[in-house]
Amino acid sequence: MKKLTVNFTVNGERVRLRVPANRTLLDILREDLGLTGTKRGCDTGECGACTVLMNGRSVNSCLVLAGEVEGAEIITVEGLGGEEALHPLQEAFLEEDAVQCGFCIPGMLMSAKYLLDRNPDPSEEEIREAISGNLCRCTGYIPIIRAIKRAALKLKERK
Amino acid sequence: MFKYVNRPVKRVDALAKVTGKALYAEDISFPGMLYGAVLRAEHPHAKILKINTAKAKRIKGVRAVITADDIPGSKLVGVVKLDQPVFAWERVRYIGDGIAAVAAEDMDTARKALSAIEVDYEVLPGVFDPEEALKDDAPKVHEDGNVIVYHKVRKGDVEKGFKEADLVIEREYKTQFIEHSYIEPEAVVARPVDYGGIEIWGCIQNAFTTQKNVARVLGLDMAKVRIIQTPLGGSFGGKDDVMTVMAARAALLALKTGRPVKLVNTREESMRESYKRHPYVLRYKLGLKRDGTIVALQAYMAADGGAYASTTPFVTWRSTVQAAGPYRVPHVKVDTYGVYTNNPYTGAMRGFGSPQANFAIESLMDEAANELGMDPIEFRLKNGLRDGDETATGQKLTRHRVSLHEVIEKVRDAINWEELRKNPGGDGKIRRGVGIACSFRGASLGAEGVDIAGVEVKIDSDASVSIEAGLTEMGQGIKTVLAQVVAEELGVPIERVTLHPYDTSRVPDSGPTVASRATIVGGGAAQAACWKLREVILGALQEEDGAERAWFEDGVYRTEKNKYSFEEAVGIAIRRGKGLNAVGWFRTPDIHWDEEKGIGSPYFTYVYGAQAAYVEVDTETGKVRVLRVAAAHEVGRAINPAMARGQIYGGVAMALGYGLLEEFEVSEGIPLVKNFDDYSIPSSLDVPEVIPIIVENPDPDGPFGAKSLGEPTNELLAPAIANAIFHATGKRLRELPMNLEMVLLGRKLRRKRK
Ligand code: FES
Ligand code: FES
Repeated sequence: MKKLTVNFTVNGERVRLRVPANRTLLDILREDLGLTGTKRGCDTGECGACTVLMNGRSVNSCLVLAGEVEGAEIITVEGLGGEEALHPLQEAFLEEDAVQCGFCIPGMLMSAKYLLDRNPDPSEEEIREAISGNLCRCTGYIPIIRAIKRAALKLKERK
Repeated sequence: MFKYVNRPVKRVDALAKVTGKALYAEDISFPGMLYGAVLRAEHPHAKILKINTAKAKRIKGVRAVITADDIPGSKLVGVVKLDQPVFAWERVRYIGDGIAAVAAEDMDTARKALSAIEVDYEVLPGVFDPEEALKDDAPKVHEDGNVIVYHKVRKGDVEKGFKEADLVIEREYKTQFIEHSYIEPEAVVARPVDYGGIEIWGCIQNAFTTQKNVARVLGLDMAKVRIIQTPLGGSFGGKDDVMTVMAARAALLALKTGRPVKLVNTREESMRESYKRHPYVLRYKLGLKRDGTIVALQAYMAADGGAYASTTPFVTWRSTVQAAGPYRVPHVKVDTYGVYTNNPYTGAMRGFGSPQANFAIESLMDEAANELGMDPIEFRLKNGLRDGDETATGQKLTRHRVSLHEVIEKVRDAINWEELRKNPGGDGKIRRGVGIACSFRGASLGAEGVDIAGVEVKIDSDASVSIEAGLTEMGQGIKTVLAQVVAEELGVPIERVTLHPYDTSRVPDSGPTVASRATIVGGGAAQAACWKLREVILGALQEEDGAERAWFEDGVYRTEKNKYSFEEAVGIAIRRGKGLNAVGWFRTPDIHWDEEKGIGSPYFTYVYGAQAAYVEVDTETGKVRVLRVAAAHEVGRAINPAMARGQIYGGVAMALGYGLLEEFEVSEGIPLVKNFDDYSIPSSLDVPEVIPIIVENPDPDGPFGAKSLGEPTNELLAPAIANAIFHATGKRLRELPMNLEMVLLGRKLRRKRK
């Protein structure tokens, strides 16, 4: 496989890598950069577990090829907030007991972030729509929807 | 009053999960690690004539290629019967059988090597329907015939019962294969270790079952096989046998190469290989008096076990003993067969034989009420079990509160039953209706096996506490429950309690984490360990104070002279040279089941649940939308009410998929489903409003009165929806899933193989 060199940033850090052209962003994150917070559930764009932000938009990283990453700005769950400084979404997920097995959660958080970045005051319908590509088998979504609402309130209060 | 128990304490494992720090199996790597891949069968039933691995072995970067010939110990594994090959030899019995495995320097090389392995088959006729498989001339899936198991219930005399009946109705129901659809696919990493054994990290639901089977395959002592469980990205009963096989393969590759080996299923491999929920055919006959009294019930069930026995003997047993539902029935006859076919094999899945039986019995109860012109709730309340009644298997319910009426009445009120039955709303092509289903469910394993668990609690010199437990956290919250129990019983702040990973070399074998048993047996064992520790600490305080008496009250350690916090008390105990670790054991009360006669007390206690669904049917498209669900579950006592509600939301959503959306379609043994694009589980757009209602009637035999909840939440919605659709449209659907074609045409459209 042809190799190519890509330059991009992940969670604010600059990265330069030489990878096969068929490598996906998901594999780059997990295998090359050791950022295993982003999960793999289907590799076909169906489950949303691999959702990250690319240039501010949510994408299924399993569908993004190495070449497309050139110059991009990527944010993963690791860049959302650490233990010391949790993002309001992370806090709200904890407070609403929106986490069971946790496997869908990194992707959920990133889809939710994308929503709140664009729409600080989403309706329940808009929240449901925004996470409709993120499958969760555990929670029945209700606590997740509540957590996103709660995070929206938190963000407003902070402003 | 409790400080930690019965309160919505935050999950102890959630922080790592929201920050992306939690390491799941696929996230684990070791230096020098190789990547494994497995070659699977090409036919659902065939003779293997030849396997040629020579070419694959020559590929650069390939470190090992193994088949059944490379297995030093047992070639077969199994939970109940040893009938599943780690690698098939001579014969393949389903499309997910593994034939060979490769370990290579990278994944691409491993996959390339797979395609270089040549296998010659002679295709054999297969059998793909359990009732066909029961016929004498059916192809035999295993030498000893196609019956995996047979169970029965016999009480009274059904023939006599049917003669006394004014009305007899007979109905047939059918359920489908479904996929667990845990979002995390199966993964393990195995590495050889210097004590001559193997360590396996993986999302393995029942690590002791896996340990035992892997040891058998490797021909090693169990003590040399160490399984370390990684957080499970969902399981729902699904990461058991399939993980055992995967762990065994990874271990073989690791020992062969002397290097760590990672084995991960793609979603396609997972769907092809992993076991499913059993499809059932259920034929019921019900005898009734004009006044609505049930006099006799007969049921016949055939469950498709697929190619291997897995937990089929237990799954079908639960269906059998719960076949008559939570009703008083004097005359009962149930016959259940678990049958081999060449379909994907079936095993444990949340509910474990009850979703199928409940779909039938709870639809049937509605049909009976309708025939009699009675309200479905009135009919259920009339026949439903009450305190002191005898179940269909002859068990007198005297030790716990029979909460059936309470849960039914709670959902009736929450969903606004009376009003919606009269005025369901909708107009023209949009019809609305409301339906209910209820159940009782035996808690824990029942007569399936010895029901015992051990938990170790250890206090360090800084008065922090660690828990070692062989009970699996799969999202249901057992870690948090154990931390709550220990914090409560020792009087230690919960922040100072840590749970270590489930590691077979460090925790007592507590049996499988199944049957919604973890809270009962794990909670009970943790409690017992704390009681032992408390005795030791109190003894030290007595010595210290020269006291007559020492006791623990409201989280504080006391003597008649002094009061001590946990930390102070621990300090004294340590100074006085006391050992502060203890293993507590919990064993559920004895039960008696006579398999020969088909009668007895299969479970020591039961939980009760009822769910009502308010639905909307578009009569032009066949689309069913669930608008609202009320779900009342009696749990004994909820150790963590927030997590209990979480179980209800999740169980309801999963059952919505079972009722309306999901079918793992299989045609002549070949799955038509490959990934989530052709298998839809409920998304955030599908889930209705859910009103969770937790009913607490503490059980004398559970820790703090707690019983169980995980599975009951997932066993009621499909029949509640079917009953609501009937109310809405007058159409009775007796087959799952109730998707567009079923609603519109009353039958399934078969898809073609791709
Ligand atoms: S792994 Fe990318 S969408 Fe499932
Ligand atoms: S929490 Fe398990 S899949 Fe969402």
